[in-house]
Amino acid sequence: MTSPLEQKKIRITGPSVVTANRTRDGVVIYRTAQQGWSAQLADAAIVRTSDDARALLAEAVADDVGAIGAYIAPVEIKDNGVIAPGNLREHIRSEGLTIELPVSA
Amino acid sequence: MYAYDELDRTLLHERVEEFRDQVKRRLSGELTEDEFKILRLQNGVYLQLHAYMFRVAIPYGTLSSKQLRALAHVARRYDRGYGHFTTRQNIQFNWIKLAELPDALADLAEVGIHAMQTSGNNMRNVTSDQWAGVAPGEVEDPRIWSELLRQHTTLHPEFSFLPRKFKIAITASEHDRAAIKIHDIGLRLHKNADGETGFEVLVGGGLGRTPFIAKTIKPFVHGRDILSYVEAILRVYNQYGRRDNIYKARIKILVHELGIEKFGKEVEEEWQQLRDSALTLDDAAIEEVRSRFSYPAYEKLPHMPDELKQAAHDPVFERWRKNSVFPHKVQGYSIVTLSLKPVGGPPGDATAEQMDVIADLADRYSFGEIRVGHEQNLALPHVAKRDLPALWKALDKAGLATPNVNLVSDIIACPGLDYCSLANARSIPIAQELTRRFANHDTAGLIGRLHINISGCINACGHHHVGHIGILGVEKNGEEFYQITIGGRADESAALGTLIGPSVPYAEVADVVEDIVEAYLALRDSPDELFIDTVKRLGVEPFRERVYATR
Ligand code: HEM
Ligand code: SF4
Repeated sequence: MTSPLEQKKIRITGPSVVTANRTRDGVVIYRTAQQGWSAQLADAAIVRTSDDARALLAEAVADDVGAIGAYIAPVEIKDNGVIAPGNLREHIRSEGLTIELPVSA
Repeated sequence: MYAYDELDRTLLHERVEEFRDQVKRRLSGELTEDEFKILRLQNGVYLQLHAYMFRVAIPYGTLSSKQLRALAHVARRYDRGYGHFTTRQNIQFNWIKLAELPDALADLAEVGIHAMQTSGNNMRNVTSDQWAGVAPGEVEDPRIWSELLRQHTTLHPEFSFLPRKFKIAITASEHDRAAIKIHDIGLRLHKNADGETGFEVLVGGGLGRTPFIAKTIKPFVHGRDILSYVEAILRVYNQYGRRDNIYKARIKILVHELGIEKFGKEVEEEWQQLRDSALTLDDAAIEEVRSRFSYPAYEKLPHMPDELKQAAHDPVFERWRKNSVFPHKVQGYSIVTLSLKPVGGPPGDATAEQMDVIADLADRYSFGEIRVGHEQNLALPHVAKRDLPALWKALDKAGLATPNVNLVSDIIACPGLDYCSLANARSIPIAQELTRRFANHDTAGLIGRLHINISGCINACGHHHVGHIGILGVEKNGEEFYQITIGGRADESAALGTLIGPSVPYAEVADVVEDIVEAYLALRDSPDELFIDTVKRLGVEPFRERVYATR
């Protein structure tokens, strides 16, 4: 999944972001335009060409200490400019489970 | 209970410290993820969608109350207050932070539990019947053999880098509660004509992309030879198993490609070299392990105590008792299954508070012992019948007395797309919706035994192939779809289910299942004919006709 070789083949077909999990605690993170990471999708750098996507991914993969399993994920840009996850998997990663967590009664 | 010795304890602590060092080096960047991945997998740590997942082994499904409290503590201190019991006598924590993992492992090591070999291409937790040692009519306690195998295979260099993961399950009863036929090796303890104890050895079972029911490779292997025989199987597998293709790497593929006769011949040859080696178990070695399993000092109790006679007037108690209480080998005692399948809840999850309650109840009513079964429920193995009414009240208060054991809402489900990075589709919300549809216990009772199993992808962690009704999440044009099979089963008559028709979208799954159940109620020849037997008698076609007629 994280093999950079495999990632090279990736062609994006719409606006995309680079996402990963934070090494220390596994939290879902997004690569920002400032060469950093954020836990908020709203802060993610948006790429629109395959070249830009690969470049952003390469930069993300280079941070092997901070993040694991970086990959390119589709997003949708709403009319009001809000960045929304591009599929159900990414929706669940960004918004959390679709079920309630078990809590004690 | 099993008493660990000093060697086990030393090993566990060394192992934790080793991992602590590895985590430290990973966080400082000294180890890359590529280097670290295999190390974390050897300690049960996966990466899921939202976080790391941490899998802890519960050898042969036996826990002490102290151990269960330690699991509750880990859930509370390092996770989000709950844990998920899996189909292989493990518990998973879904929100563990890598930086805190060594502490969690150290806390568990204090009570003799660990995460070794809960992931990676090695010998996994050797599972067993959750009623081991208490089931009436059992040949002998199968955990003795699980333990002998566990000791032999844990950290064994030859079994630490197998072509793929390797799973063994053992049963010693006529009725197989350990699902041995869907394991790489299944062992059925029985006695031969001479009254000697040994194993029917089955090999090559497994689910996943290419499911197979295990085949008998040898009808009787004497107990003293079991280590050498299993080792012979593993050697043949190690030599010929496909390391080049992950989809063909499990032993089931090798057994299938060679055929059981040819595979059996290879194993026999290997075994002749091994059988009279140091691997032969002498009586003293077996006795040594046997003696470390202690059994409670049972009292002499009446079969039908007054407490039970009185409680029988309460229909709600009776419903629970008839559903969740099972015969024990000792008169006056029962095995009690605790349903982790509340209506609307995620199957197999227990909160830290529930774990603590169960630990306390185990201390009070079950000699401090708890069992974990592959159906993702727990059990108290030694409950005096006179205590059943009091136990029931306490369980009910903690949400642990749903009277649905083995019924339609006792669903096995994997974490699916809500947690798992390999998933195509969600499993848990499907299970939750089904439990709501079948929430009426009278209706569920009328339907009778019916196992629904759900997996979020073809890896089949939720055993969908062997569900009486199996539900498999697939993806179609970016949408969640589900394939539905009927007629699978995981017991001594294990079989793979047959597809009933085209896959259906998320929103229709519960309707289709309801239609299947309605078809069964119309088709069964009497209320005593179980769903699975009706499917066997009639085949899939009459179900397909009824369910898909209007779709
Ligand atoms: C992070 C979560 C999980 C991951 C990544 C995962 C991964 C996998 C994979 C890749 C397989 C297929 C192996 C093969 O066919 O060679 C598999 C099988 C299996 N897993 Fe999981 N699993 C996860 C969670 C679970 C859970 C929660 C359970 C129990 C509820 C479970 C129990 C099983 C079982 C019973 C099988 C099929 C039996 C067999 O080995 O053939 N796993 N898992
Ligand atoms: S069956 Fe698939 S979705 Fe479910 S836990 Fe296993 S790998 Fe994940």
